[in-house]
Amino acid sequence: MIDYWPLLGIALVVVGFALRFNPLLVVAAAAIVTGLLGGMPFMKVLATLGHGFNQNRNVSVLYIVLPVIGLLERYGLQQQARALIRRMKGATAGRLLLVYMGFRQVLAALGLTSVAGHPQTVRPLIAPMAVAAAEKEHGELDEGTGERVKAMSAATDNIGLFFGEDIFLAVSSILLIQGALAGFGIQLTPFQLSVWAIPTAICAFLIHGTRLVLLDRQLRRGR
Amino acid sequence: MIDVHWLYVLAGAAFAAFAFGSARNASNPRRWGNTLFWSLLAISFWFGDFLGDIGNGVLVLALVVIAGMHLLGHGASHSTSEKERQGFSERFGNKLFLPALIIPFTAFVGTLLFTYTPLKHSGLIDPKSVTLVLLGIGVLIALVTCYAWLRPPAIAAVDEGSRLADSIGWALVLPQMLASLGVVFADAGVGTTIGALAGSIIPHGSIFLAVLLYAFGMVVFTMIMGNAFAAFPVMAAAIGVPILIHQDGGNAAVIGAVGMLSGFCGTLMTPMAANFNIVPAALLELKDQYAVIKAQVPTAIPLLIANILILYIAGFRL
Repeated sequence: MIDYWPLLGIALVVVGFALRFNPLLVVAAAAIVTGLLGGMPFMKVLATLGHGFNQNRNVSVLYIVLPVIGLLERYGLQQQARALIRRMKGATAGRLLLVYMGFRQVLAALGLTSVAGHPQTVRPLIAPMAVAAAEKEHGELDEGTGERVKAMSAATDNIGLFFGEDIFLAVSSILLIQGALAGFGIQLTPFQLSVWAIPTAICAFLIHGTRLVLLDRQLRRGR
Repeated sequence: MIDVHWLYVLAGAAFAAFAFGSARNASNPRRWGNTLFWSLLAISFWFGDFLGDIGNGVLVLALVVIAGMHLLGHGASHSTSEKERQGFSERFGNKLFLPALIIPFTAFVGTLLFTYTPLKHSGLIDPKSVTLVLLGIGVLIALVTCYAWLRPPAIAAVDEGSRLADSIGWALVLPQMLASLGVVFADAGVGTTIGALAGSIIPHGSIFLAVLLYAFGMVVFTMIMGNAFAAFPVMAAAIGVPILIHQDGGNAAVIGAVGMLSGFCGTLMTPMAANFNIVPAALLELKDQYAVIKAQVPTAIPLLIANILILYIAGFRL
């Protein structure tokens, strides 16, 4: 007999996010409910949550870049990024993001995942550049369009990263697959696995690239 | 040897600076909420290993209460105006990109040096945290460069850092919170339950349907857990290994690699992957906190279909 009760915590997360309660509140409530329904006493749940939080501090370390980015913004980094794009002939939002995605995928495939990212490159450089390029094509952007171009910049960073990194042999997800399958007596080398990340990487570039080209077309039409 | 704990000291200092910067900003009506929030994170980074599990748990609940009661806000910043920035940008020109590029450049050169040269065995940097340590070194070099070149007021890095941190707000700790939720989920047996559930509805006789269930299972479980890493071992144990590889004779490398990549399509579609989907929306100051997810879904779905076809064709037909 499977005990389904702990799944109630998942339902809580889904409902909480859908109703747009504060996500920290939703996550904490889900953790406590799931732990209690899974048969842990409250203090054990609290300790597990605290232990997990402390062990995962590396997740939040990236924010040490904020003072540097903020300083450079103070001296006009975003303005300069926009000026650079305005001077470039033929630069459109879609083409810029397409080139960025290509770089991101190739660098990630070489194991260089942290050379770019949302605080380091998207906020100070890529998003303002994409907006400036879109303005060149489209004229002044209304709020919705501006938001879409910025959201697309963040999305392009994620897609480039996710579907590039698995081509690198030593990335943690490849090692995880290797380890998990080895647990069932299936021995594979990282190379055998990472080769099979290439077809999906190409598909990702083609599918998202098509959307970026279409984005340009929509921007031009909206002028 | 420089290991991740050195970086935690640096990160603790950054959060302490955000707390100080928030306290200084009298234009923020909720500045003490911000100050307390960032101070708790500084404590976590500096003293987390000495607080004990219960102590850390209480700290987490305190963060949740501050965020949940809407005690975080932001005010006008001490930063420069749009017009001043325009002037600076004309004065400094493209050289402004150089300090920003120091951080990725340090990571790039450093990773190469510490992976492919004898430095790897020098014991200077803990091999497990090379990337993070190099990030920290890059940040320090960039900070020194900015101060030497631009000569901002001494407090500027604190003010500018807390300006950005305040604009991200509670979303900043969400990824770490979700990681700890994952730990609780694992301890409460959520993974085993989902695996058993998926295994019990497995269709017999159709390889294609089994592939479909495996890929969808990866997507759904990834969306729930916020990352494909937690989903993969469960789905591999429930469907991937017993059905697709052993029973139907599929290519194990394809099943493994493309199964994980199907999960990545799920990562693109869930608020649980907060560091990729929610934090950027806050960082770009978007009105809709789900705007990045909405921008990704039209890529994620066709890509998932492509993955299912690759799984089926390369896994069973080649």
